[in-house]
Amino acid sequence: MTERPRLAVVGAGPAGLAAALAAAARGVQVTLVDAADQAGGQFYRQPAAALGARRPQALHHQWRTWERLRDGLDRHRTAGRITQLTDHHVWCVARDSASGAFAVHALLGPAQEDGVTVRADAVLLATGAYERVLPFPGWTLPGVVTAGGAQAMLKGGLVLPGRRVVVAGTGPLLLPVAAGLAAAGAWVAALVESAGPGALLHRAPALAAQPGKLAEGAGYAARLLRHGVRTLARHTVVAAHGTDRLEAVTVAALDRDGRPRPGSARRIPCDTLAVGHGMLPHTDLAETLGCTLSGTAVRVDAEQRTDVPGVWAAGEATGVGGAALALAEGHIAGRSAAARLRGTAPDPGGWGAARTRTRLRAFATALDAVYAPPAGWADRVPDETVVCRCEEVTAGEVRGAVDSLGAGDLRTVKLLTRAGMGWCQGRMCAPAVAGLAGCPLTAGRRPFARPVPLGVLAALPETE
Amino acid sequence: MNPRELTRARPGPARTVTFDGRPLEALPGQTVAAALWAAGVTAWRSTRDAGRPRGVFCGIGVCFDCLVTVNGRPNQRACLVPVRPGDDIRTQEGTGRDDD
Ligand SMILES: Cc1cc2nc3c(=O)[nH]c(=O)nc-3n(C[C@H](O)[C@H](O)[C@H](O)COP(=O)(O)OP(=O)(O)OC[C@H]3O[C@@H](n4cnc5c(N)ncnc54)[C@H](O)[C@@H]3O)c2cc1C
Ligand code: FES
Repeated sequence: MTERPRLAVVGAGPAGLAAALAAAARGVQVTLVDAADQAGGQFYRQPAAALGARRPQALHHQWRTWERLRDGLDRHRTAGRITQLTDHHVWCVARDSASGAFAVHALLGPAQEDGVTVRADAVLLATGAYERVLPFPGWTLPGVVTAGGAQAMLKGGLVLPGRRVVVAGTGPLLLPVAAGLAAAGAWVAALVESAGPGALLHRAPALAAQPGKLAEGAGYAARLLRHGVRTLARHTVVAAHGTDRLEAVTVAALDRDGRPRPGSARRIPCDTLAVGHGMLPHTDLAETLGCTLSGTAVRVDAEQRTDVPGVWAAGEATGVGGAALALAEGHIAGRSAAARLRGTAPDPGGWGAARTRTRLRAFATALDAVYAPPAGWADRVPDETVVCRCEEVTAGEVRGAVDSLGAGDLRTVKLLTRAGMGWCQGRMCAPAVAGLAGCPLTAGRRPFARPVPLGVLAALPETE
Repeated sequence: MNPRELTRARPGPARTVTFDGRPLEALPGQTVAAALWAAGVTAWRSTRDAGRPRGVFCGIGVCFDCLVTVNGRPNQRACLVPVRPGDDIRTQEGTGRDDD
């Protein structure tokens, strides 16, 4: 038997799992690498095994699909076609330009002090996305968390951030988060969505083509009603209050132009605010490899190939559109990689997954337009509000760099103010800084996807 | 209702850890952040400049707001690090290092 070509898949969420299964079933030796201690990614995040959850599906949707992915993974692992590496934080993927071979460099375990390198003939990046939160007064108070973060802590650790929760911001993620928190026993005082119900209607043709997705949304809405959660559409959180932790939020209605209506402000007491304004793709590994981005996402062709030979990408790293789209893209990427690695040309046009992908991408584009942050949000961030959480840089300091020092891009603002220079490397503040500076949100161009201990870097030449 | 009832969880026996010297019960499998949340603690870091309290923000290891000192090691992400029996968890002041 000839040796099976080796594919390293980074990310074991819906996209990475679908890709790994498709490739492993077609003659490829797959190494599935993920930072988490279990497969599943964000959508199918599992409770830690030691918590002994006998009904984890109570916190999940599309559980059947998960069972299919999990069982497939188990089968291929047993057969030796997939090697699963958990607790591996990939900080860099390098391509040897002479041989075209790849080295996937990872840090081990939560401590991330020791390194390991995985070799492969091709790589598939399925690194997903993280949440965007735009700043407002009080957003750094303990008790204010991202909507997805509240969901992740609930699904993974079976804990709630507090008792009385407001879920706010914009986007399709808010519904499942509010429903999940309510089902798990939190009192969800309000779901505050800045998009208006009318905005959905404007996009009716694109949305109507997706009866299943609309039904999903309606299902969440019905569940929220059952838990007595009131939805405040076309409303926004204008401030979070408290001294050392969150005590209340002020919400206000938005007018047609996205401005808070005078006199509409009201205070809602709460100990938790779960807030989010959409998602941003994780593109660091692709950027270091030299893959071209399109906007903030990795650019791929019909086969989910990036423009760097041997590098595929799938799921939310290539554009945000939910778990079903991630699955379709992952499947296509896995099949394409398998065909290409064996020297044949695939024809994704004939695959069902390609039609699903087309449909779901159109749906995602329509949703994107509906769930845009309210116009002029950046102008309403007060000068004294911290924008860069790591370096504690305020909106006023960013405006100063732009107005008096002429900074016109993220890099210059960073050099002048330190916004984006801290631990998170600008992942959290870049959208806000771009909004305040009136410049496009460009990719971070971070040297590594994770902070790397010097010892690991120093040891590299020996392992290469 | 609580999340453990909802998922019919039967965790192993709780282990004792300390937070700033105060004993807390933590469940096996939980991260340090989950254990602190379960004990009603939401802040375990104070920022370098303004000394403001912080805890979990992103919940998935991206924002580094949840940095904490565990067993004398600063800058551990509480949302990633699993809690171990006897852990000495301490509020991290600034960079968590003496040279700050
Ligand atoms: C915190 C959070 C919670 C969410 N919760 C929900 C929800 O409840 N319902 C819903 O409909 N949608 C949710 N989403 C949206 C979710 O992003 C998609 O629905 C879906 O999970 C996307 O699938 P994916 O495979 O593209 O990426 P993901 O599921 O995000 O999987 C990416 C995987 O890559 C791994 N990874 C990333 N970078 C690295 C690296 N450098 N090294 C090693 N591993 C890496 C991650 O650990 C992760 O497991 C959530 C998103 C976030 C950020
Ligand atoms: S909460 Fe963001 S890194 Fe832990």
